[in-house]
Amino acid sequence: MSSPGSVSSLSSDRPKANARRFVRRPWRLAAEASALVIAVAVAFPLYWMVLSAFRPAGEIESAEPRPWTLSPTLDSFRRVFEQQEFGRYFLNSLVVAGAVVVASVIIAFLAATAVTRFRFRFRTTLLIMFLVAQMVPVEALTIPLFFVMRDFGQLNTLGALILPHIAFSLPFAIWMLRGFVKAVPEALEEAAYLDGASRTRFMWQILFPLVFPGLVATSVFSFISAWNDFLFAKSFIISDTSQSTLPMALLVFYKPDDPDWGGVMAASTVMTIPVLIFFVLVQRRLVSGLGGAVKD
Amino acid sequence: MTDRTDRAVPAAGPTDHEHGTPVGTDDHDVRNPTAAGPEPGGGRGRVTGVAALVEASAGGRSANGRSTGGRSTGAGSTKGRAVEGRRGGSRSRGGWTPWLYLAPALVVLGGLLVYPIYQLGLISFLQYTQAQVSGGQPTTFQGFGNYTTLFGDPEFWQVLLATVLFAGACVVSTLAVGCALAVLLTRVRALPRLALMLAALGAWATPAITGSTVWLFLFDPDFGPVNGVLGLGDHSWTYGRFSAFFLVLLEVVWCSFPFVMVTVYAGIRAVPTEVLEAAALDGASQWRIWRSVLTPILRPILTVVTIQSVIWDFKVFTQIYVMTNGGGIAGQNLVLNVYAYQKAFASSEYSLGSAIGVIMLLILLAITLVYLRLLRRQGEES
Repeated sequence: MSSPGSVSSLSSDRPKANARRFVRRPWRLAAEASALVIAVAVAFPLYWMVLSAFRPAGEIESAEPRPWTLSPTLDSFRRVFEQQEFGRYFLNSLVVAGAVVVASVIIAFLAATAVTRFRFRFRTTLLIMFLVAQMVPVEALTIPLFFVMRDFGQLNTLGALILPHIAFSLPFAIWMLRGFVKAVPEALEEAAYLDGASRTRFMWQILFPLVFPGLVATSVFSFISAWNDFLFAKSFIISDTSQSTLPMALLVFYKPDDPDWGGVMAASTVMTIPVLIFFVLVQRRLVSGLGGAVKD
Repeated sequence: MTDRTDRAVPAAGPTDHEHGTPVGTDDHDVRNPTAAGPEPGGGRGRVTGVAALVEASAGGRSANGRSTGGRSTGAGSTKGRAVEGRRGGSRSRGGWTPWLYLAPALVVLGGLLVYPIYQLGLISFLQYTQAQVSGGQPTTFQGFGNYTTLFGDPEFWQVLLATVLFAGACVVSTLAVGCALAVLLTRVRALPRLALMLAALGAWATPAITGSTVWLFLFDPDFGPVNGVLGLGDHSWTYGRFSAFFLVLLEVVWCSFPFVMVTVYAGIRAVPTEVLEAAALDGASQWRIWRSVLTPILRPILTVVTIQSVIWDFKVFTQIYVMTNGGGIAGQNLVLNVYAYQKAFASSEYSLGSAIGVIMLLILLAITLVYLRLLRRQGEES
């Protein structure tokens, strides 16, 4: 990377720089205006989704849709939760995502500890394998997984969704947690042993809380991939609709010939909100975590 | 996974930085953009580790404290190294303990990742249709029969071509929009920047499937606002092959440009301002600065986002499946992933589907290798 030192004398050329700043002001205003316009455009689909979810049916079907509504209603949500066992699908999705998060985070924590805190044969080989495993396009494995799940008797159960997602989140989770585990000073470990703590006790009572922010960060990835999964839900839950998750439920309202747009938008809103909440929650936690909770 | 939001979370993004929310990525101390690549994606965010590994193998200087998707622990790392050096290690003890800790991970990965890959390969060499699945007929070995069938099928070539072109168009548009907006973000004050960041994060967070339905609704011939505003009457966007692909492309770009934008923006912020000021004072235009100053510095980051986009866009499933209702009229909007799914689960041609899966796996493997290579070369250069 180039060194900035050689140009520092130029940047102290105040008058010229100021002149430039004045010239550039209209440009900056134009840039800011376009940034705002683009922000509105980017946010528009989400706005439209929420708006349509709260609209009365008559307004949705109007030929000249207006970008606001004067009579918001919960009708669409009511329809969604009453007609199809939507609440159940919502729970199913939560169960799948929750199970994936908990299982993958614990398994990854153990594995990350093993590869950072121990030296053993094949350690590097294992690390490279975890890395390569991240690159495998899981979609291509739908067909063999279908048969694996059939042989395990897991088809049409939530297990068929939970198990593959645990497997697919692991390689990345291990890599990510590795950094967090590594950041905990080894002196701490020595001190714990000197104070008479067992290895297990050190793991769960000292290391685990210290890398917790990392666990949260990792869980985001697992949660999102499990929550949003559509392909597996579609392929593995073939006949027992009581085991469906949200993406499938959403499609119930979307019939290509005559979609119930109010219902689809309400269901979409319900499905999007947990992810947004998760983003917001985790963001704060993550920032504080990265801020150095584990510095000694 | 299939879904766009595998691109995951902004929050988890700056894995490298001790400070810095995705929104206020103002003060990064990024010494090596490759290693420090602010990696907000899940599927897409898997790069940090790669970069770290490459860095480790290329330079041998990554040692203790730097990056692995974790953080550089300033003081902590030095201390850790000192301890390690002094007493070679609490690390080496353990015997079977590490394997005990690794066991659950290895069992899960073996059973649900390695074994399925083996199965995928195996099925692609068998005759495996509904008859064999139900046990009515014995499975027979086909050799490369399935592949010959596939390569002899003009539809396969058409789908492959469509996949490549579609993925290419998605990647180019996503990068163009993402980079342009990243530059724009550096030109504006805090408030517009926050607005654009928040909007982008919203698009980013939206699950692929809800994104797809919302965009379908926006472009709905009867009730969508877009046709109303453009005065297109009841023009159907999903009827024609190209307009359907175009609609999907819009959705894909909408939900993937935030990843590029945030990553590149963080990269630009890490460039010393003196360099940019000097270029501006020397009379370089914005475009010139971007092309001759920023691009070379940002190349590692651009490589990362490009390859990640390629990998992601190549295997897009949900958007195509939902927005074109399973591949479009007469399969006109099929891409490889959906094609494999349709072959296997709609026509029960499991072996053909697997063969397509193998081809996809190989193509993505090739891209990954190129990617690792590029990163390694950059690791050596810098």
